[in-house]
Amino acid sequence: MDAGIRDQHTVLVASVMVSKQKANLTDLKRQWETETLGKQLKESPERCERFITTSSRPIARLYTPIDLARFDYEHDLGFPGEYPFTRGVQPSMYRGRLWTMRMFAGFGNAEQTNQRYRYLLEQGQTGLSVAFHLPTIQGIDSDHPMATGEVGRCGVAIDSVADMELLFRNIPLDRITTSMTINGPAAVLLCMYIATAEKQGVSSTQIGGTIQNDILKEYIAQKTWIFPPQPSLRIITDIMGFCIKNVPRWNTISISGYHIREAGSTAVQELAFTLADGMAYVQAGIDAGLNVDEFAPRLSFFFNAHNDLFEEIAKYRAARRIWAREMRDRFKAKKPASWLLRFHTQTAGCSLTAQQPENNIVRTTIQALAAVLGGTQSLHTNSMDEAWALPTEKAATIALRTQQVLAHESGVANTIDPLAGAYFIEALTNEMEEEAYRYFDRIQKLGGVIPAIEKGFFQREIADAAYRYQREIEEKERTIVGVNDYVVGESLVIPVLKIDPKVEESQLKRLRQTRRTRDNAKLKQLLARLRKAAEGTENVVPHILAAVREYGTVGEVCDTLREVFGEYQEPIIF
Amino acid sequence: MRRMTESERKIRVLVAKPGLDGHDRGAKVVARALRDAGFEVIYTGLRQTPEQIAEAALQEDVDVVGLSILSGAHMRLFPEIMRLLKEKGMGAVLVIAGGIIPEDDVAPLKKLGIKAIFGPGTPTTEIVKYIRDHVK
Repeated sequence: MDAGIRDQHTVLVASVMVSKQKANLTDLKRQWETETLGKQLKESPERCERFITTSSRPIARLYTPIDLARFDYEHDLGFPGEYPFTRGVQPSMYRGRLWTMRMFAGFGNAEQTNQRYRYLLEQGQTGLSVAFHLPTIQGIDSDHPMATGEVGRCGVAIDSVADMELLFRNIPLDRITTSMTINGPAAVLLCMYIATAEKQGVSSTQIGGTIQNDILKEYIAQKTWIFPPQPSLRIITDIMGFCIKNVPRWNTISISGYHIREAGSTAVQELAFTLADGMAYVQAGIDAGLNVDEFAPRLSFFFNAHNDLFEEIAKYRAARRIWAREMRDRFKAKKPASWLLRFHTQTAGCSLTAQQPENNIVRTTIQALAAVLGGTQSLHTNSMDEAWALPTEKAATIALRTQQVLAHESGVANTIDPLAGAYFIEALTNEMEEEAYRYFDRIQKLGGVIPAIEKGFFQREIADAAYRYQREIEEKERTIVGVNDYVVGESLVIPVLKIDPKVEESQLKRLRQTRRTRDNAKLKQLLARLRKAAEGTENVVPHILAAVREYGTVGEVCDTLREVFGEYQEPIIF
Repeated sequence: MRRMTESERKIRVLVAKPGLDGHDRGAKVVARALRDAGFEVIYTGLRQTPEQIAEAALQEDVDVVGLSILSGAHMRLFPEIMRLLKEKGMGAVLVIAGGIIPEDDVAPLKKLGIKAIFGPGTPTTEIVKYIRDHVK
């Protein structure tokens, strides 16, 4: 027998043995169920009729090799840093470098937030993440009538580069990476960041970071859109095109499931809708004439980490495998870097309870553990007080410490993808992957992501899941500690962060001063040029950059685009 | 056609989202629970100004206005909504609120005439019962 035939023979014998074992195992399991287990159940039945995850997914009593009948290590898992990346995107994972500890922060004005950033960096945080106030997120200035009462409340007030310079004062932008949660006006804030770096003597090719820039999930879940879908996608492909040459270290879209989950979706919906959005962006990039291997490596993802440990871990693993396959086989990306699903994780804000808030530290720990066991590249941990207000410095510090304890004391970062091969984890990973593909089919049948948004498909799916979750809590099918069980008369009052109402006043003053001292005639010309680019097909990003360099505000730039593109109106579904 | 008598008329509730935030999970869950409880529910959609909310309350002739806000702007927006409701002759409408509202703000909001604040974790049945008990 030559070597090849002998190998084939060995494989054949081995697979016959495996299937024989499995047949035996099925019998043995049945026997266990009727005898050992049966006896036990007769004496004392199980606690509930059905056991479900946070996403109402039924979970079996026991997982065995029977649940992994077609399991193939090389095909399904492979090795870390190799296709299909189920075990992680980097070859050495956390043994090489820990995940980036990136706390989302922003409140009040730029000076206050700059102080919080420098504090967090001193405490060992390794990346920045900007929370903008809602007027910036909506593309309006602090003096807009709709901004009343909102200035500096939900994030930091940024109107122009004048604010941005203060936000990053004494923070070297060539050495730290920054993530910005900004969508509708993402191009404007990216340009402001570039302009701020330039003022520090740092060129756009040196800076690194992420803009969320994921408009599809805005229509689906987070609901902070500005323009309708088509022009929004055009701006996104303009950004992708601009960054290839000018900001090569920038993640141009952070394709986000986080908000889909927060809006009430299940884990599988989060997985499926996020990847469907991702594929829609890839298609848009290709349709805009970009080379997939030039922009795909700069796409990153952002997922939620909810309470159900194993379901979350399986979700991340399934996500990596699906993305690698779709990028390679469907979109024909050639570079392995294009196949990688790199992701940030945030623990689930919606899981935090206002009742007995200190318990939230424990919830966040479990969620952070899920993210780490799932192979996240960066992590934000929520603070215990966030069902009440933005976090205090103390609460944010505990949340950061939670990550540091996981990283340095728990031992979970010592080995790569430690849960691989567990019958339950692998079965769940497969199951979630299959369910995601069923959603892809449904979305396809509706004509793709944008038609599905316009028909309210995602919104209805999420609203249904959110309502079901609430019913389960109210009917006590689901226990939430401190909310529907283990309730105590509340006596604990934790300190909450208060935003000084004077922030609004000082912000308006700075805005007026900026408008007074800049070259308004020049800015007017630049905005007119931007308008022309928006009306035509020229890339809008260089024109936005030119305008913000001259201290054009987020509201002024967005208004210019609004005049061309209009605003989105959502179908109302509940 | 038969006119409904006063007792047959369904309780009409406006679920409104003032403020710039897009967090509508709570508002929608509550809206659906109220509808399932047999109320007539009108949902305004997102980012409504105080004027739009008061006007909708008037036009829809509602018995209850439920305000949901998570942006932190409640101390600026709620007084304005209350003022406009009174101005439009809707001073008798039952106004309740929910969202992310720190405890220290509850007393001043009640002073404004907002009858109840339902924070995170409130069962929807509690809101239904409150409305049934308080709408005359």
